[in-house]
Amino acid sequence: MSESSVQQEYAPGTHPDWDPPVTEVGVIGWLRENLFSNWWNSLLTLLGIYLAYLIFVPLIDWAVVHADWSGDTRDACTSGGACWVFVKVRLGQFLYGFYPADQVWRVNLTGALFALLILWLTLPRIPYKRVAGVLGLVVFPVVAYFLLHGGSFGLSEVETTKWGGLTLTLVLAVVGIVAAFPLGILLALGRRSEMPIVRALSVAYIELWRGVPLITVLFMSSVMLPLFLPEGVNFDKLLRALIGIILFQASYIAEVVRGGLQAIPKGQYEAADALGLNYGKKMILIILPQALKLVIPGIVNTFNELFKDTTLVLIIGLLDLLAIIKAALEDPNWLGYSIEGYVFAGAVFWIFCFGMSRYSQALERKLHTGHKR
Amino acid sequence: MTDKKTHPVPEDMPAVQLQGVHKWYGEFHVLKNINMDVARGERIVICGPSGSGKSTMIRCINRLEEHQKGHIIVDGTELTSDVKNIEQIRREVGMVFQHFNLFPHLTVLENCTLAPIWVRKMPRAEAEEIAMHYLEKVRIPEQANKYPGQLSGGQQQRVAIARSLCMNPAIMLFDEPTSALDPEMIKEVLDTMIELAETGMTMLCVTHEMGFAKTVANRVVFMDGGEIIETNDPHEFFDNPQHERTQLFLSQILQH
Repeated sequence: MSESSVQQEYAPGTHPDWDPPVTEVGVIGWLRENLFSNWWNSLLTLLGIYLAYLIFVPLIDWAVVHADWSGDTRDACTSGGACWVFVKVRLGQFLYGFYPADQVWRVNLTGALFALLILWLTLPRIPYKRVAGVLGLVVFPVVAYFLLHGGSFGLSEVETTKWGGLTLTLVLAVVGIVAAFPLGILLALGRRSEMPIVRALSVAYIELWRGVPLITVLFMSSVMLPLFLPEGVNFDKLLRALIGIILFQASYIAEVVRGGLQAIPKGQYEAADALGLNYGKKMILIILPQALKLVIPGIVNTFNELFKDTTLVLIIGLLDLLAIIKAALEDPNWLGYSIEGYVFAGAVFWIFCFGMSRYSQALERKLHTGHKR
Repeated sequence: MTDKKTHPVPEDMPAVQLQGVHKWYGEFHVLKNINMDVARGERIVICGPSGSGKSTMIRCINRLEEHQKGHIIVDGTELTSDVKNIEQIRREVGMVFQHFNLFPHLTVLENCTLAPIWVRKMPRAEAEEIAMHYLEKVRIPEQANKYPGQLSGGQQQRVAIARSLCMNPAIMLFDEPTSALDPEMIKEVLDTMIELAETGMTMLCVTHEMGFAKTVANRVVFMDGGEIIETNDPHEFFDNPQHERTQLFLSQILQH
């Protein structure tokens, strides 16, 4: 049946707006359209369902149905499924490392403050984002340092060698991200600078740090750096690892941001120049907001990577979440539960990385102005 | 639309003086011995074939391009490489581009208030009041809170004009302001420019809109091959062009 045979005639210029054609409606329509459009696709759909059955049924059976949750020793694990008792018993260590048990409230308080700030910054409904930004970038680090490290205000000192588990992972990741980001932006601007020396130094820095593996950087910071320092001068190991991570990741962020800067049309620079904005205002008000928005996926990618790369500190003897789980697996009382340990570690890392990813998508939508053409 | 000037300049001092200006792109000699005085309140239309150096010339006036030889004196101040000097001149010279170059991450109102707030240190409320005043002048106050991406090309270009005017410039430069527009939007932008001309603004326009040149210009400058070939009164320019190359150019653009 051709369209023209049934189409009513309208005089030129009087054709009304029609609703778009509705070919398939509802769930059945969607299924038929997307999953069972011909015999071949139907076969693939059925095969897919069977594969999902093969994977997820045993997985859920192991992780939930036949898992053991209660008890204190491995004797409680009798059902043949996952032994979450292991994770439960060791949870304190996984979260806090060797932080003194009676001081753990300090970690919890820091974590709660951090969570509040994150909520404040990420939930669109809460106003005064700038206040939260200043609190988060200026006040919180100082408060967190005095809370976690102590040594003043009547708090006992807890050396960084006792920090571990998720606490250490988050300290490394958060400080790494917050410090590497601005440094990376400065390096990206430096690499595009018209001043030859600034440009050369930025290029040299970026290419040097990008060219070495993070493991090498961490080894250098923990093994070689002390050799060059005078006798008796001793940097904190955590601080050295942090500086290594920051300097390393800044080079990656610099290249991501540079990609964004290159995508901004020359006309934007010219319009800012023509209005009399100086270099700093032009960058901060016009160029960077657009460039950073463009490279949100790349930046979050780098942050995710940084978060997961913090596990590498185990090779210099810092016990982050993964390292402390590995250590617990060697406990003779709990031999043979490595799957549970690694699944737990994977799940925790996944939750944080997924959270970052979701937030970045929401941010992209929020910052999207105007129509895509 | 004109307010009081921010610094006193003698009335008879030309708004823009170009004296023996030369410019090269690498080996390529784009501007050759450009000499021109633009009086205060004068409206100049610059035309010529593409690649003739007309855009480059007006972009030299606010230092988007650097000239290598000669002198450019804007509003009594000579352009030098000194950054402060360049920024001061850019505050006094507004520019409208072919591709509008609005800031897509800011609303129309924010586009207009940004420079007054950050360059002129104007309080936000005052800047917004001035911005709304000019948005009304270009007849789009109702779009103030939209983003540039939501406007048509003609509307965007009118916002760009309002954005420049918010800095209260002494001189306005137009670099092919209608070349990127659909035919039905050219008129609304030209009308805005004509109204601006009626306020006595000093204007230098690179454009091929010959109707606009006839209505508005005090002088038409014809450029070719990096040189000013002919400068003339608009009626003389169109009806009785002196130079062979001007005649050829006019015959080409007026044929259809």
